Amino acid sequence: MSRKLRATALVGVLALAVSGCGGVGGGGDSGGGEKGSGALSTMGLSLSDEIATTRVDAFKRDHPDVRLQVTEGAFDEQQFLSAVASGNPPDLVYLDRKLIGTYAKRGSVQPLTDCVDEQKIDMGQYRQAARDQVTLDGTVYGIPEFSQVRVVYLNEALLREAGLTPDDVNLADWAGLPALNARLATVSGGRLSRIGIDPKIPEFLPMWAKANGAEMISADGTKPNLTDPKVVEALTTGLRLVQDQGGWGRFKSFRDTFDFFGAQNPLAKNQMVAWPMEEWFLNQAAKNSPRAELVVKPFVDRQGKPLSMSSGQAWVITKGAKNPDAACAFVKQMTATDTWLAAARARADARKAQNLPFTGLWTGNTAADKKIFDEVYRPTGNKRFDDAVAAVRQAQDVAFAMPASPAGAEFDKAWTDAVNRVLAGQQQPAQALARAQQEATAALDKAAG
Amino acid sequence: MATTVTPAVPGRRRRTPLARREARWAYLFLAPWIVGFLAFTAGPMVASLWLSFTEYDVINAPRFSGLDNYRQLVSDPQVARSLGNTVYYTALHVPLVMVISLALALLLKRVGRLQGFFRTVFYLPVMTPAVAVGILFLLLLNTQDGLVNRGLALVGIDGPSWTTDPDWVLPGIVLMSLWSLGSTVIIYLAALQNVPRDLYEAADLDGAGPWTRFRHVTLPMISGALFFTLIVNTIASLQMFTEVYTMYFGNRQTAGSFNSDAASFYVIHLFREAFQFLHMGFASAMAWLLFLVILAITLVQVKLGNRFVYYEGEDG
Repeated sequence: MSRKLRATALVGVLALAVSGCGGVGGGGDSGGGEKGSGALSTMGLSLSDEIATTRVDAFKRDHPDVRLQVTEGAFDEQQFLSAVASGNPPDLVYLDRKLIGTYAKRGSVQPLTDCVDEQKIDMGQYRQAARDQVTLDGTVYGIPEFSQVRVVYLNEALLREAGLTPDDVNLADWAGLPALNARLATVSGGRLSRIGIDPKIPEFLPMWAKANGAEMISADGTKPNLTDPKVVEALTTGLRLVQDQGGWGRFKSFRDTFDFFGAQNPLAKNQMVAWPMEEWFLNQAAKNSPRAELVVKPFVDRQGKPLSMSSGQAWVITKGAKNPDAACAFVKQMTATDTWLAAARARADARKAQNLPFTGLWTGNTAADKKIFDEVYRPTGNKRFDDAVAAVRQAQDVAFAMPASPAGAEFDKAWTDAVNRVLAGQQQPAQALARAQQEATAALDKAAG
Repeated sequence: MATTVTPAVPGRRRRTPLARREARWAYLFLAPWIVGFLAFTAGPMVASLWLSFTEYDVINAPRFSGLDNYRQLVSDPQVARSLGNTVYYTALHVPLVMVISLALALLLKRVGRLQGFFRTVFYLPVMTPAVAVGILFLLLLNTQDGLVNRGLALVGIDGPSWTTDPDWVLPGIVLMSLWSLGSTVIIYLAALQNVPRDLYEAADLDGAGPWTRFRHVTLPMISGALFFTLIVNTIASLQMFTEVYTMYFGNRQTAGSFNSDAASFYVIHLFREAFQFLHMGFASAMAWLLFLVILAITLVQVKLGNRFVYYEGEDG
């Protein structure tokens, strides 16, 4: 083999080794920079249903000069950070709103002030809770979409069995909850066969704390408030409900066997009487258990006023995005009222084709929600589910969200770990939350520093 | 082809042109691996060593912070907890895997014609993706409805809360880890089949019973395989990640509802510090601590192993 050939082979090997380094941003294809043209890459979006495909198709139709590259799959922190570190980030990232504060604080996502101004995006159209989660220090970093709220589901057949009605389930009366729970739960020989009231902790502790008049973190997301006696009381109340049903081990193990997505869901199998949960279960129940005696009520604070906790997704434009203009046009169109309306129509048609009810779409955009319910939604004819949809609509208007925080993930870890220690019997609520307060304070101070 | 004979130089053997040409070819074929090693292993290692002395969040440029990360390593209770969990797991997992695998290999050696079938059966679980194993065992270990506790109930034992009781989380994970001991069984079986028959025959002539034969013939003759699996399983245990992460941390729907103190393994804590909390500098320091721990343990094992391991071809 000649020297030249050998050198060529070596260079080839080197090239092969190095060529595997292409990032998700799509390599050297320049974005363009012209509004409505060039390449545009996204991360975190899945085109798995008509809600996504209808909106993406609308953008492609109206922006034929933009070469949209959707890297499908859920948002992956490791993949995102690797792309940022390699200097080849996607233009747009679709992620859980609660992560925005952390990335915004570190400058990995762009403020959207100019985007909102130039594209004339009406931030007022989005729900307040959603806006709060994408805003850090008064600056908007994301365009929100979807609004998942929590409501209370009741199995009326089981309530009747216990000699009660849905009106007897008063979640505002914390002192009365243990007695009510005792009437509803079925515990025999330490074995739990029916959950009476599921407080859904750790996940919903912020909602119980809010119901008790306490915020777990300051509005600017920088100061934890986990030692507030009202937070401690909320945790103690939830803990008592779990302990009275055989303890956390039995309780969680029993709950882990539930199939919320199938015909054998806990409503159909009479495994649970009262539980707060995200509104998506309504869809599943309408599909799988249309004859179940379901009643949906709003979660309430201790004064009996409706209350809910909201969460959802958002679009952010990354620092170093090659085509921010097209990215901005994309997020505007994805979250615009008309686009949502088209997606809702597609969803309703798809459900109709499957002979399934359409129970609404919660977009995070109040104008879109109103149009969808005025023009697309049709009552299912099943009063229980129609009333349930009304209850979810009501919950949308009273929902709060955990604010954006520069160390959101560490804050969440601190308080969920605390609740788990309490549930496992390792610590008392005040003690566990005091440790969480220390951990969260250290993390937030470091992030702020 | 004519070749020239080069006179030998005392102290250094000169290579023939043929040997030099062969060496060049060897290096050429090794080049992809060498490039890969430098680019993807040695390079990142050096980079992580540098990063361990910095404050780095992946997004912004690293800032030199001296020994801060190492000071935090020493004082952080979560590091101590995760390291403790990992060492505890290793101390349970490695001996159990070795003992059970050896027992299975000894049984397999006796089954004759069906050996191939059982060898496949034992090895099949190793082929299961780690993520699937994690999810599977979350179901099997369910306190109320899981097969493990149902089995225990058949013999009158009220099974523990494997996934929620902090005292039982790690034993549950050890139980799960036994799922994939098939590869160790296969290694032991190969070693057992290589023990010369005449040694057993000589032991029989000397009147040795089964235990004596096992103790004085089998164990010494397979000590190389035992030593190899001891080292490999120890290193793998100290790096445990995928199955436990899938069970307790990876599912966004359930991740917050498990006791992360009890299930926190060192590499999981490292991963979360790096990619969820964006403390890449600290995570790099954690990685180097783990490297040193593994190095120390392996060195001790090698030192002890040299006294107990028999290598074929050695004197005595």
